[in-house]
Amino acid sequence: MEQSELRELEAQCIQECAPTCTAACPVHVDVKAMLVEIGRGDFSAALKIYRRSVPLPGVISRICDQPCREVCRRVDLDEAIAIRALERSCVEHGDLAGEKTRTPPKRRQQVVIIGGGVSGLTAAHDLARKGYKILIVEATDRLGGSLWRVDDGDLPKAILQHDLDAILALGIEAQYETPIDRVHLSDLRRQFDAVYLAIGAHMPDDFELERDEHGTVKVDPVTFGTNLDGVFAGGGILWGVEMRSAITSISEGRRAAISIDRYLQKVSLTASRIYEGPYTSCLYTNLQGLAAQPLIETKHPDEGYEWHEALQEAKRCIQCECMECVKVCEYLKAFERYPRKYVREIYNNLSIVKGTRYANTFINSCSLCGLCAEICPHDLDMGQVNLIARREMVTTKRMPPSAHDFALRDMAFSNSDKFQLARNAPGATTSDYVFFPGCQLSASSSEHVEQVYAYLGEKLPESKIGLMLGCCGAPANWAGRVDLIDDALANWRENYRTLGQPKVVLACSSCYQTFKKHLPDVEIVSLWELYDQLGLPEQSTISNQHSAISMHDPCTTRYDRVIQDSARNLVQRLGYQIQELPLSREKTECCSYGGNMWVANRDLAKKVVERRVTESELDYVTYCAMCRDFFARQGKRTLHLLDLIYTQDVNARAARRGPDFSQRHENRARLKRNLLNNVWGEDMPEQAAYEAIQLIMSDEVRERMDQRLILIEDVQRVLEYAQRTGRRLFNQQTQRYLAYYMPTAVTYWVEYMLQGEAFVIFNAYSHRMEVPGSVQSPHQQTGASS
Amino acid sequence: MTEQTEWLCANCNIPLETGKVDVAYLDNAFPVDLLKCPNCGLVLIPEDLALGKMVEVEKQLEDK
Repeated sequence: MEQSELRELEAQCIQECAPTCTAACPVHVDVKAMLVEIGRGDFSAALKIYRRSVPLPGVISRICDQPCREVCRRVDLDEAIAIRALERSCVEHGDLAGEKTRTPPKRRQQVVIIGGGVSGLTAAHDLARKGYKILIVEATDRLGGSLWRVDDGDLPKAILQHDLDAILALGIEAQYETPIDRVHLSDLRRQFDAVYLAIGAHMPDDFELERDEHGTVKVDPVTFGTNLDGVFAGGGILWGVEMRSAITSISEGRRAAISIDRYLQKVSLTASRIYEGPYTSCLYTNLQGLAAQPLIETKHPDEGYEWHEALQEAKRCIQCECMECVKVCEYLKAFERYPRKYVREIYNNLSIVKGTRYANTFINSCSLCGLCAEICPHDLDMGQVNLIARREMVTTKRMPPSAHDFALRDMAFSNSDKFQLARNAPGATTSDYVFFPGCQLSASSSEHVEQVYAYLGEKLPESKIGLMLGCCGAPANWAGRVDLIDDALANWRENYRTLGQPKVVLACSSCYQTFKKHLPDVEIVSLWELYDQLGLPEQSTISNQHSAISMHDPCTTRYDRVIQDSARNLVQRLGYQIQELPLSREKTECCSYGGNMWVANRDLAKKVVERRVTESELDYVTYCAMCRDFFARQGKRTLHLLDLIYTQDVNARAARRGPDFSQRHENRARLKRNLLNNVWGEDMPEQAAYEAIQLIMSDEVRERMDQRLILIEDVQRVLEYAQRTGRRLFNQQTQRYLAYYMPTAVTYWVEYMLQGEAFVIFNAYSHRMEVPGSVQSPHQQTGASS
Repeated sequence: MTEQTEWLCANCNIPLETGKVDVAYLDNAFPVDLLKCPNCGLVLIPEDLALGKMVEVEKQLEDK
């Protein structure tokens, strides 16, 4: 991933954008944080946050014109938060007296500020805190300018004086009763290192500053620099009127101070100066589900909020944020951040040369389902980012071997002789249609595959219907293994050619997506569309109960509305009423099979299923075998659409637990054998020696093996090896054998006893580290079977 | 270690003994003290080691 790509992705996530209130504030008071502290009752902490942005807190908290309130999102619910009143409560109830202020290192440069109004005072304050020596030249006998003319009821003079004293306490010098006409700009430029003109509306004519046609001084809108080197101007001087808005004057004084500091440090005046002054926030905040809460009125309007009133009012703050994708995705939630942070972590993970890659698990845990992109106001697709990252990890040989291994081996099984098949209809030399049920429907309900194949023959009597078994390669794609999916597709295409390149009927929506993307020239149709068009088979039972049922759309149908509609039509025709889940169709959730999440992060996968199955009390119906089986294995009554079409006892079928991983292999192999026998009158190819090994084990051992992703065939391989070579351990106490063998990348250990011809299995476990004796040395291989 | 073990190498019909065994993963190898057959070198990785420390180290090496 290039850094420019990272920046683009980061920019798509708006979670870190300032909320509307802060963006609209000319000095960007962190209203959210301040209100959290008030809500906690910590007014001092709140005041500290306020003071970070506002140098005259007593004054501003009474007379601010509150541009923040106009854009407060609560306006859409009830009434904007009383932000200024809450700021005042910070000043009144907070106490920073005991706080240590950091004394900055003194700098030798001197800045003169002409005019002690709000803008000049702010610049003086900011620059003094950076260690510059400051002189304010003021025309009258006091600082504060037009603030003294504010009505005492709005701004008591004592409060104003208090704020002014606090600024002077920073060590600022002031020279009073020095009107502007007695000052010569050229003298000031000679005596001081920088000049800030903050003199209000009236500017003597002899200042050699460029002006516009209205006579106001021309400044750079970003830096507030004038045409003269080292001379900056702000406040009323730019507007030709007296103070319009105190908070705007503060903002200008601050921005001028930033420029002066940079000018004196001889660095760029213009670099990274976006988001100074007010702007429109890019943050999206969803208000759905938020209740109205009326504004808290104060009992004593003149005295402002009592502390408990302030506390209540502060708690009305929504704490605006986006987090839309995180709210709907268990995966994004589980890692406790949000996409802007995640893409940075992914980028770092990919860039790291030495050290730990902490984001590996994150990258490999995503289901790649695309819900985040659908939800995101800026279409940021974490699935795409993760897929690109996985491919890069594979290319750079940094992909953890264990992450997708089990899914890839499952795919290899499906594309081996054990399952793979391509046949024209008996007697035909070409096909008009070919049914490709995919690997998991065949694994889950192989009888349905036979029924569908028969159905297609009956409903399309004029057409020749072929059959192909295998895996489309989706797990390889999800694993970032471009090499493996290319192989799988090339192999598929070769078989497809032998059938005369017919139209492909797909039962699985993951296959459908894979074909659409990787085999765009192959004509495909969803099985559900065909059933919808051709009608239900005769033997279907139409329920007259009109029971309600919830439809779960597989995530790979997200934007295939025609398929979603067909599935719904069929369910309704079968006599059920569909009650939609809160997230369905283009907003549907993944069952954890997508992206190989179920292998890469087993704990998270469980949570993902848990979340989905608790969204409705009703039974679910879906049209993906994997969704069905994952939900059912976590106790959710779920039907496959083919269950509704072909099963008599739907009630029992909904509770069917579904096959374990070993049975999934067995079911596929059996399906191939049955079809070869029943349809084509052929026998299955020879079995390998290990497959004949008979095992006896309790349900508990079998379940434990399934949890550990150890298959019956793995155990059989170990036993075949141990028996053939004699290489095994024996426990004298338990009288059991323990053997180990590494048929692929994993070493499997099996604890067993012999019982006649059969093996009683007590335990099995595995690891990936290589230990001596786990593989055959070459001289042992002589005479090894198959 | 002279501790008596209930484990025999069924291949060589002699008790396992503790000894240095090289375990390896992703181009890293470490010597570990494990029970092994002094004759043919068959080793014993107990279940708790395989599912505990070994998985931990595997993950660390995969993320390195």
